[in-house]
Amino acid sequence: MSKDNNPSIHIMRSQLGRVRGLGAAKTGAAHWWAERITSVALLPLSLYFVVSVIVLRGADHAAMASYMGEPWNTVLFLALIATLFSHLSMGLQVVIEDYVREDTKRIFTLLVVKGGIAILALASAISVLKLAFS
Amino acid sequence: MAEFTLPKNSVVGVGKTYKAPAGAKRVKEFKVYRWNPDDGKNPVTDTYEIDLDTCGPMVLDAIIKIKNEIDASLTFRRSCREGICGSCAMNIDGTNTLACLKPIGDVKGAVNISPLPHMPVVKDLVPDLTQPYAQYRSIEPWLQAETAPPPDAERLQSKEERAEIDGLWECILCFCCSTSCPSYWWNGDRYLGPAVLMAAYRWIADSRDEHTGKRLDSLEDPFKLYRCHTIMNCTQTCPKGLNPAKAIGKIKQLMLERQG
Repeated sequence: MSKDNNPSIHIMRSQLGRVRGLGAAKTGAAHWWAERITSVALLPLSLYFVVSVIVLRGADHAAMASYMGEPWNTVLFLALIATLFSHLSMGLQVVIEDYVREDTKRIFTLLVVKGGIAILALASAISVLKLAFS
Repeated sequence: MAEFTLPKNSVVGVGKTYKAPAGAKRVKEFKVYRWNPDDGKNPVTDTYEIDLDTCGPMVLDAIIKIKNEIDASLTFRRSCREGICGSCAMNIDGTNTLACLKPIGDVKGAVNISPLPHMPVVKDLVPDLTQPYAQYRSIEPWLQAETAPPPDAERLQSKEERAEIDGLWECILCFCCSTSCPSYWWNGDRYLGPAVLMAAYRWIADSRDEHTGKRLDSLEDPFKLYRCHTIMNCTQTCPKGLNPAKAIGKIKQLMLERQG
């Protein structure tokens, strides 16, 4: 609507031109596949995490450190952290792309969310490593 | 952001009620979305009471009866009245379907009728479908091949090759599926939608077409294809019993296959 409240036309580009838009980005397949791979990998890794929590119930710091110091546990926990946070990051990216339409807002939201997830992932990994090498 | 509430000028009010004629025995209520672009008012829901003893069995029969006998201003599209033209696609009883294929008897209580969701409305039950039509045009829905057909015959297909496009070619482009898809509601300007993606796959799966790779190229995009999150509304609503979600899944599969 223009200022005098009369309807006015702002887009005269053809409908075909609009739907072709900027063309295909030639990406998306890798992202889609990585989402599936990480979700499948998370099945055994989450199970392992739950088992670990049960095994470590009531453990003190020394017991935690010796558990994480086992090479298998270090590797599996780091794998869990990498898979979980990358899956979270890719999943939330899709949700944000679905619902946040405005370009600047979408890019800003993506940066904040993905940046936050990266920090959390790093913090988790460093915690495991500190325990493992303490 | 995605819109979860209607803008002020789209909030639907209560309209007129047209009573059934005296002595009618099997009365059914039809609550129909009405909007007139010329009167500057909000849309309303008009209620028409129909005597089913004097009406055909399908929802389209009732709508035609309303237009012929009760309210000639009611506007809708219809043509073949046998489920092959796709004109009378609308939302009936909360589901997108063809009015001509939907038996009135399938609906319990009042029959709620509104245009296909989340499309601009031209008038009453007529949606503006220029965007999905243009999207259909954009996937180049025609056979593309450099190899010349045999000079004295049509291009040949084996029975197996022909079977690959079964369940795809039957689509009549009524866009019940696309307009039932939340991804298409929120991002319809960039996401192609189930109807158009199934049409794209129809040509990808056609053994006579030689531009499969080019067709996949033009679909590989986070928005054009990958806004599909396998919600399955498309398959559930298709009045022809087709499975657009499966066709989209096949496209995603081919995208992987060609990467090695």
